[in-house]
Amino acid sequence: MTKTIRCDIVSAHEEIFSGDVAMVFATGIAGELGISPRHAPLITQLKPGPVRVQDAAGEEQFYFVTGGIIEVQPHVVTVMADTAMRGEDLDQAAAEAAKAEAERALADRTGDMEIAEAQAKLAEAVAQLQAMERLRKHLKR
Amino acid sequence: MAGGREIVSKIRSVENTKKVTSALEMVSASKIRKSQDLMKESRPYARMMNRVIGHLGKANPEYRHPFTIKHPDVKKVGYIVVSSDRGLCGGLNNNLFKKMLASMGEWQQKGVEVSLVALGKKAIAYFKNVKIEITAVASDLGEKPQIEDLIGTIRSMLEEYREKKVDRVYLVHNDFINTMVQEPVIEQLLPLPPTDDAEVRDIWDYIYEPDAETLLDSVMVRYIEALVYQGVLENLASEHAARMIAMKSATDNATDLIDELNLVYNKARQAAITQEISEIVGGAAAV
Repeated sequence: MTKTIRCDIVSAHEEIFSGDVAMVFATGIAGELGISPRHAPLITQLKPGPVRVQDAAGEEQFYFVTGGIIEVQPHVVTVMADTAMRGEDLDQAAAEAAKAEAERALADRTGDMEIAEAQAKLAEAVAQLQAMERLRKHLKR
Repeated sequence: MAGGREIVSKIRSVENTKKVTSALEMVSASKIRKSQDLMKESRPYARMMNRVIGHLGKANPEYRHPFTIKHPDVKKVGYIVVSSDRGLCGGLNNNLFKKMLASMGEWQQKGVEVSLVALGKKAIAYFKNVKIEITAVASDLGEKPQIEDLIGTIRSMLEEYREKKVDRVYLVHNDFINTMVQEPVIEQLLPLPPTDDAEVRDIWDYIYEPDAETLLDSVMVRYIEALVYQGVLENLASEHAARMIAMKSATDNATDLIDELNLVYNKARQAAITQEISEIVGGAAAV
């Protein structure tokens, strides 16, 4: 009988933990979860809180997650941690902000002028160099 | 000495440009490595996501998520276009926009409307002048884009799909193949391609907490976000690579040009000296 279960904890920005463990503890949306090998398939959202993994020797490691999803298969546990606080309201607010930003960007025809100007000048200089190069090649022929 | 001073000042100005371009080249070279690391670090998440989505495909939830349901007729398509915030990266953005406009054109010919979400200043500036509806934008993602900065924009597009205002969603970005090659790609995000039904499904299902609907929804949204995030990182690496190449060729051109100008200057100088001597000699002979 297998005594360990594979556990992968990842976030969008990095791999947090990966290895064989004896038990995984996490806080699901419906309550505390303790997952041992051969657990029934389960998928649930995580509440912000610690995820603990216990290896075969009984040593524990803690990871804090701000939420995410945990998927359990009999031989593998996958924790996909969020990197930010999520929630219907927060996501909605972010969407509204992005839309407002679109309107602002469309209305705004000036702004960042100085940088744009400097960039334009540099772009022009580069273009000149290219043009000269072309002309030079042309003349050589 | 004809034009000597002008040539010198031209040489100076080219030298200054060369300094800037070679500095930009070096900066980009170091940034490529960093952005490649970012791509590598975010890969495990995408892999796990694929694994879970794969498992979900094989499970038998009674609930079918709207993102997997194909809308029968296409009246409007949405694009999420990823561009760079800054220019001077060769034809990177323009090639991308051209490919996208071609794809949009095809839809528009069929009488299909188009709306878009623009990520990056260049896309915003470009599509502002094209007559296309822009739903949401995000810019200044920086050298280390965060998935949080994308949530809002992606959601606004997903909402439109959910409300059936949009019937297809595409992701447009540059694929980083290697330092020399970046390729613009258009991927279909929604509806999600169906999982292979040919496979005999085991009769099993997950225990869902709280319920299949909420759960599938949060998984799907995160899946789409992960895909877009990957696109953003690919595009970032492509941007640095393209800028490095563009700046390298500009620096090379400047070097050649300086050599050439030096030659012209020396010739002019010599010609002036020769002329002076022949004038003196001519003058002496006349005396």
